[in-house]
Amino acid sequence: MSRTSSPASRPERGTPLLAVRDLRTVFHTPRGAVRAVDGVDLDLAAGETLGIVGESGSGKSVLGRTVMGLVTSGPTTTITGSVTLDGSDVHALSSRARRQLWGPRIAMVFQDPMTSLNPVKHVGTHLTEPLRLHLGLGRRAAAERAVELLTQVGIPEPARRAGQYPHELSGGMRQRVVIAMALACDPDLLIADEPTTALDVTVQKQILDLLGDLTGRLGMAMVLISHDLGAIAGRTDRVGVMYGGRVVESTATTALFAAPRHPYAEALLASIPQLTDPPHTVLRAIEGSPPDLVAPPQGCRFRPRCPYADQQCHEEDPVLVDLGQPGVPHRAACHHPLPVPARVDA
Amino acid sequence: MRKVLTTLAELVLVLLLVSFGVFLLVALIPGDPAVAILGDGFPPEAYAALRAELGLDRPLLVRYGDWLLGVLSGDLGSSIIPPQTDVLDRILAALPVSLQLAGMGLAMAIVLAVPLAMWSASKPGGVVDRIIGASMFGILSVPAFLIGLLLVLVFVNELGWFPRAQWVRIGADPIGNLHHAFLPALVIALSELALFTRILRNDLVTTLNEDFILAARAKGMHPVRILVGDALRPSSFSVVTLLGISVGRLVGSTVIVEYLFALPGMGTLVVNAANQGDFPMVQGAVLVVATIYVLVNAGIDLSYGYLDPRTRRAHAA
Ligand SMILES: Nc1ncnc2c1ncn2[C@@H]1O[C@H](COP(=O)(O)OP(=O)(O)OP(=O)(O)O)[C@@H](O)[C@H]1O
Ligand code: SF4
Ligand SMILES: [Mg+2]
Repeated sequence: MSRTSSPASRPERGTPLLAVRDLRTVFHTPRGAVRAVDGVDLDLAAGETLGIVGESGSGKSVLGRTVMGLVTSGPTTTITGSVTLDGSDVHALSSRARRQLWGPRIAMVFQDPMTSLNPVKHVGTHLTEPLRLHLGLGRRAAAERAVELLTQVGIPEPARRAGQYPHELSGGMRQRVVIAMALACDPDLLIADEPTTALDVTVQKQILDLLGDLTGRLGMAMVLISHDLGAIAGRTDRVGVMYGGRVVESTATTALFAAPRHPYAEALLASIPQLTDPPHTVLRAIEGSPPDLVAPPQGCRFRPRCPYADQQCHEEDPVLVDLGQPGVPHRAACHHPLPVPARVDA
Repeated sequence: MRKVLTTLAELVLVLLLVSFGVFLLVALIPGDPAVAILGDGFPPEAYAALRAELGLDRPLLVRYGDWLLGVLSGDLGSSIIPPQTDVLDRILAALPVSLQLAGMGLAMAIVLAVPLAMWSASKPGGVVDRIIGASMFGILSVPAFLIGLLLVLVFVNELGWFPRAQWVRIGADPIGNLHHAFLPALVIALSELALFTRILRNDLVTTLNEDFILAARAKGMHPVRILVGDALRPSSFSVVTLLGISVGRLVGSTVIVEYLFALPGMGTLVVNAANQGDFPMVQGAVLVVATIYVLVNAGIDLSYGYLDPRTRRAHAA
């Protein structure tokens, strides 16, 4: 019945954990082929945190789900490239072997806590299921561990909460439960897909801090997906900026904030609400609309919205190149990368 | 508990209304029972005397009050057609047959519908889904009596696998009874099956697109376990509602099946009584069927609290 898998020791901090190579996820729809992820490379070491930032529809969720192996090739979906987690190719595994990764190796926190818990199941059951399945815990042991997990994510009166239904908890509390659920089997990699978008502003910071704190303390690697650069500032080691299914800039988070090289990243930075803004300032959204993933613009995908576009941008699709200093990689896909300011205050 | 009490109070009210409705309906059916009894060419005095004897000369409301008092004390009156048997006795003889047919038929339908719907929904638009969908549509489009007729011809007349027209009470001979009831129950099951499968399949497909299913998958749970453990319960509202309606409908309307298989059930009882203008019998039978309908659906109502904990709160305050 229950497989007893010893919670394998975590790969040593800094060893390569995740390698994504030329990953493409194409959905075949009546409208045509939607290239939701279009040639993405990622590397993540154990214990490292990576932010993925991009506006709505840029393919962040599809990327996260493809990395996890929740989206797989099928009649309407084609996936090419590779996702290697801890040495095994996620998309080459049998579905059974893949399910064994989910929980103990890789786990996900979803966007909307209102819908990611089963309304007819007790809070505690959401936690005991993976514990019993992957760790082979008995009923009692699983129930005790569930209460510990709820305590760990900062839920008051955890024993009482475990016996309640999801609708009896607030949004913030529910997202804590979802996080506890993802942490249950102590994964090496946590993918948090916009974990705070659906929450009140006041709760957002608490949840992000909780995630940063827990992954740091447990030495867990994390991919933190957000449409808001502000959310990943100070919480991630590195960042990848996504546009139209591609990573258009990738570097250390501090380096991006100090000097973005891609015009889209610059625009994203400018759209972060500042604490100094008067209340109720209208967000400075980037003008224009995201590219159509069925028929992206010719040349550079950002061209229709880019203030620096010229003829070359129209003709040639820019590729990611390293513009950084030796030892400090800073990749951007742009024909006319922004200059680094004379004085970099890093 | 509170919910149960308010439901009970509502129930009493509804049943009272139902009884009045039944009474009114039968009283308003065109055709004069006295004429039906006397036949053609009767003397006017005999007609008046018979109407008085049947109580038909009194005002409607008085007759209703009388009848209701009788009903409350367990007396449904007696048939006006000789031999003037007790209505309740006749109903008590016919009801078990109908209940058993409806119960067995619905149980068979559900037992088949749940796995079929899950199989269909696990891959919407896939080969299995389309085959099952087409078969269910096929079953729905063939009238029940044709299916029944076919089954009788093949399995009773040709193959002789099932007995013909010797209904035995379940208490007297359980095996023989089940043997006899199987085919008629199957006919009932088939048409309900198609409906149940379609409805449940559609609701399952909707549920399976929910985030919490993705979250359950992301925990590494087996797809079948997700289907049964996570998706089924939140998807079962419509089918449970439909089930409640079916119970009530079937108890009184399995006439065709009863006729095909010569079963002495409620459908036969009501139809015969109606043809003979036997209004106490019709009133009593329809009242019993309607009461069962109301009770079953009250039970269904209470089950929503189990199916979806969110609906419990609405009644807790
Ligand atoms: N199953 C699918 N079939 C077809 N198209 C899809 C499917 N899933 C996603 N897409 C498309 O892929 C694109 C990327 O979607 P995705 O959900 O990854 O965006 P996102 O960056 O996560 O946006 P958001 O910030 O709104 O969550 C969108 O255009 C979406 O319509
Ligand atoms: S390549 Fe050209 S259009 Fe694209 S971002 Fe760079 S400057 Fe803008
Ligand atoms: Mg998303």
